[in-house]
Amino acid sequence: MLAIYKKEMLSYFTNPIGYVFSGIFLLICALVCSFTTILSQSYDTSLYFTVMIFALAILIPILTMRLFAEERKLRTEQLLLTAPISLTGMVFGKFLAALTLFVGNILLSCVNFIPLYVIANKERAGNSYASTNIGPVTSELLGCLIGIILIGAAFIAIGTFISSLTENQLAASVITIGVILAFVCIGFLSNLIGAQWIRMILDFFSVLSRFDNFSAGIFDFAALFYYLSVCFVFLFLTVRVYEKRRWG
Amino acid sequence: MISIRHLTKNYGSNCALDDVSFEIQSGETVGFLGPNGAGKSTTMNILTGYLSADAGLVSVSGIDIVSDPLGAKKLIGYLPEQPPLYLDMTVNEYLKFTYELKGCTLPRGPHLDEICEVTKINDVRKRLIKNLSKGYRQRVGIAQALIGNPEVIIFDEPTVGLDPKQIIEIRNLIRTLGKNHTVILSTHILQEVQAVCDRILIINKGKIVADEKTENITRVVENNRRFNAKICGPQKETLATLKTLPGVVYAEALAEKDGDAYTYMIESEFGVDIRKKLFHTLAERGWALIGLEALGLSLEDIFITVVEKTENTVQRHTRQTGKKSRLRTKTTLESELADTLVSDAEKKKEDEAPLEEND
Repeated sequence: MLAIYKKEMLSYFTNPIGYVFSGIFLLICALVCSFTTILSQSYDTSLYFTVMIFALAILIPILTMRLFAEERKLRTEQLLLTAPISLTGMVFGKFLAALTLFVGNILLSCVNFIPLYVIANKERAGNSYASTNIGPVTSELLGCLIGIILIGAAFIAIGTFISSLTENQLAASVITIGVILAFVCIGFLSNLIGAQWIRMILDFFSVLSRFDNFSAGIFDFAALFYYLSVCFVFLFLTVRVYEKRRWG
Repeated sequence: MISIRHLTKNYGSNCALDDVSFEIQSGETVGFLGPNGAGKSTTMNILTGYLSADAGLVSVSGIDIVSDPLGAKKLIGYLPEQPPLYLDMTVNEYLKFTYELKGCTLPRGPHLDEICEVTKINDVRKRLIKNLSKGYRQRVGIAQALIGNPEVIIFDEPTVGLDPKQIIEIRNLIRTLGKNHTVILSTHILQEVQAVCDRILIINKGKIVADEKTENITRVVENNRRFNAKICGPQKETLATLKTLPGVVYAEALAEKDGDAYTYMIESEFGVDIRKKLFHTLAERGWALIGLEALGLSLEDIFITVVEKTENTVQRHTRQTGKKSRLRTKTTLESELADTLVSDAEKKKEDEAPLEEND
């Protein structure tokens, strides 16, 4: 597993793909952050994170599309599958590499919050009778960060699974975008439907509705289990795809 | 070392392997021959754990590939038909990756140095694999298979697409490896197995049709029975004379003409040397024999004969019994060739002959 992880990390940075991902990711983060907070004169970052979740639909496939599709196309998977490693190790190695790059970029994007704190400090200093509550709420920020990392992990697992289904990277990325958007938008659908039980089911699968608690600074264990379950289900399915192909 | 028993594999309704069984002893170099689509790669892929069989057992050094895949895979180095190379890595990076992937415990630096030395890729170790020529890529693929010093090394068509010089180098390399390893070489090039292997397995349509020592096959090959003779003399009469020579089963005038000399292809009975007789007869008539060239029986001939023979017998057998054939022709190659490599007339006769063993 470690060997696969290292190889994937290496290939993100020997390929342009790692740089492309980081570049686009940080650019989008910076733009969205400045538009939703500084330019709209707000310390509230929840809108920023909601927009970022949508942006992930396009960003995550860049990371995941090649994971298995490329190996399959170049027949290098034959090396991995005939090597003395388990399928689970192979899948997790690749998943963790994509996750590492994603989390690294999320952490890098935190520099966007520095101006908010700086501005808040100045505002407090210049305005002695202003309340000390001015500025971004750190607990909310941390909650949102944890939430978006969990959501990203779930999306990466979905992308990993879809990549294992095809040898065409473009198809993998387009399908991944579609599936992730479906997961994100399912919550909006529930607002339009009258029947209570359908709404409950849709809300259960909705990624956004579970993010609400995080953005309020509450660590929601139910949501944690939900996102981790999505990860494990899709990674398990990826392993099954390979099992199935061996016997097929 | 390797034991394959009753291996069967279907791709949908297409039967790729049908009850294949064979054993390979430790230290043997075995050639696995067959036309394209015969089931060579499928067998290799099952043997290496890349695919699973529908039925049958594969064990490497007593370890079953299904119940303990990791243990069995550790004993095997595999070079697939298309070398599994990451094009955006350098050779060094790639070898280090495979070293870690295989969980190799030998000291890394010296082990990789040794492998690069053996495969002669030392001077390209820092280059990106995508910039390497096909021959070097193939060698990097071989180097990958050697990492961890596995007991069994499997090559699937290692010389495809290489130039003649590279082919010879790769063959020499495989021969060297065969001294300390059990090697399986899958190919459709017969000279290759003849040059490298101790034993030849021929597979066709998912069945093993021959299993022989290479020297037996070589002996048959070297038994010259066909000649090209260049004779100065009237074409029709010469041909008639050649046909009446004792021991000649077939003679034919070829289109080649060199002055007043014509070329004829002569085939003799098995084990009869007609050359002296030919010379004297021609001398009596006053026709000069200006060239006599032995046409060695190529391995292609053997191959086609064996394969076609099985197909024929299988077809006949199927016709007779009306059900799926389980026929296996494991008669010795030599006698088989002796009766089958004959002129058309005799072939026909032989077609009517009763079937050999079946089980």
